[in-house]
Amino acid sequence: MKNRIKKRSVGSTLLTCFFAALSLLWLFPVFSVLINSFKTNAAINLDAFALPNGESFAGFSNYLKGFTFGNYPFLKSVAYSTLITVASVGLILLCCAMTAWYIARVADKFSKFFYYLCLFSMIVPFQMVMFTLSFTAHKLSLNTPYTIPVIYVGFGAGLAIFMFVGFVKGIPKGIEEAAVIDGCGPVRVFFHVVLPMLKPSLISVGILEVMWVWNDYLLPYLVLDRTKYMTIPIHVQYLKGSYGTVDMGATMAVIMLSIIPIIVVYMFCQKHIIKGVAAGAVKG
Amino acid sequence: MLRRKKKYSADCRLTKRPIQRWFPLFVLPTFLCFCIGFLWPFIQGIYLSFCKFNILTDAQYVGTENYAKALKDPGFINAFWNTASFAVVSIILINVVAFFIAYALTQKMKGSNLFRTVFFMPNLIGGVVLGYIWSLIFDGILKAYSTYLTANQTYGFWGLVILVAWQQIGYMMIIYIAGLQAVPGDMLEAAHIDGATKGQTLRRVILPNVMPSITICTFLTLTNSFKLFDQNLALTGGLPQIIDKVAMAKINTTELLALNIYSTYNINKNFHGVAQAKAVIFFILVAVLALTQQWATRRKEVEQ
Repeated sequence: MKNRIKKRSVGSTLLTCFFAALSLLWLFPVFSVLINSFKTNAAINLDAFALPNGESFAGFSNYLKGFTFGNYPFLKSVAYSTLITVASVGLILLCCAMTAWYIARVADKFSKFFYYLCLFSMIVPFQMVMFTLSFTAHKLSLNTPYTIPVIYVGFGAGLAIFMFVGFVKGIPKGIEEAAVIDGCGPVRVFFHVVLPMLKPSLISVGILEVMWVWNDYLLPYLVLDRTKYMTIPIHVQYLKGSYGTVDMGATMAVIMLSIIPIIVVYMFCQKHIIKGVAAGAVKG
Repeated sequence: MLRRKKKYSADCRLTKRPIQRWFPLFVLPTFLCFCIGFLWPFIQGIYLSFCKFNILTDAQYVGTENYAKALKDPGFINAFWNTASFAVVSIILINVVAFFIAYALTQKMKGSNLFRTVFFMPNLIGGVVLGYIWSLIFDGILKAYSTYLTANQTYGFWGLVILVAWQQIGYMMIIYIAGLQAVPGDMLEAAHIDGATKGQTLRRVILPNVMPSITICTFLTLTNSFKLFDQNLALTGGLPQIIDKVAMAKINTTELLALNIYSTYNINKNFHGVAQAKAVIFFILVAVLALTQQWATRRKEVEQ
């Protein structure tokens, strides 16, 4: 008996060691970007995996360069990315939750039609609509960070409505009926009764949408007027893609700058994020 | 019967009708956005795939000419086979590894929360940034053998597989963990009492119960690998390029379908229609695959 317990603990320690090693391997790519962002260009080209030493250490000069590198201030891209993400996800959550509640509760012919259209839109790849979408966006002058949320709501509506309809169907109708009997109109029922109950699903859908919008490259690239507006992914691609001689050090610094906020947010809300992904997938 | 009918009408008067009156607030804005962001571009896209066009106003109907050109393009055929083999390899690799990591992490183990956090982290980084991170690493490794990532089609293909596996294993792991935690404890206990070995329990009890998660994960990895674009663009951009002597056409050897459509559009204005036709073919392919996969795996799920 004693032997068996000991055996098991040895096995579990081995497993822990194995996973600890695997985790380090998993972090290695980000770590190597970090060390390279402190190295001079020549040192990066010579050996990408060497730690910086006295000669190859560049201090924060790559980061200073990174802020203005490519004739477009990096912080401007960060600001536009933040604006687009916050506005788009906010709008998606509000509009789609309202629509999903309407679809689930009214269930008339139009609701059903719209719901099936949403399901259909989920299997359509972005390449199918990208050219025509950019035409439409330019024609309706939706090509600024202030108006692009309209397009995100339109293209993201399918998944969000599908998930919200699933959540709304799980809410007992009786509570809403009680509110109606007490004299609430539909708007108050939605905002004061339904929305608070939807809070966990708002968080999980919100997380999925933030992950999509913040990292999306092609949609803003095609839709936005790129001479004036860039987001972080467009900025990174622009630095690497369109330069003959690439300043590797500054690029590494920019990549690091674009990862740091994500990691900070992740450290604070990782429980919510992981839960949200799991909840979202189970519904999907 | 009578009571039921009465209840229905009361329900209708109480909740349904008043909500319907607020249609302009609840549905109309979303529906308009949906039309601008999806429905109209989709319909227009189908129409334009039968046209020769540069901008929208000069579209000329040319019949199925674009489709014929698209299907004859060796670059497109090459991209199709790349995508198909990439999808097969990454679906198997990602799901098997993610499942076993999830299985190990749901056993009692020290630090399993920390490992979960680490494995999931790459999902939060965008595809373009991931591509550049890994091109640094692959180029760094290949430098030791005095070669580089875009020198060879094989490097580019397996590089992309490694990148996408690194990114998506964490995501699928989370879904599998949720599935494994939902396996009823009394079933596991019953299997244990009946003397089932760990392998038997895994095969006969756990696997049938996590079938819904397997359905979701294979579906997600399948559609993700078909829709993959950012990582492909940033890692190799389709390079190396070779010239097909028979068709006299350039082929980007590591291009997947989505990137091929995009680069076809950018050749010149004579290729806009062809690119749109490719996009329609691509859409039909993705839709058929997604629906078939759903149909095939749903049948195997345990009835609940």
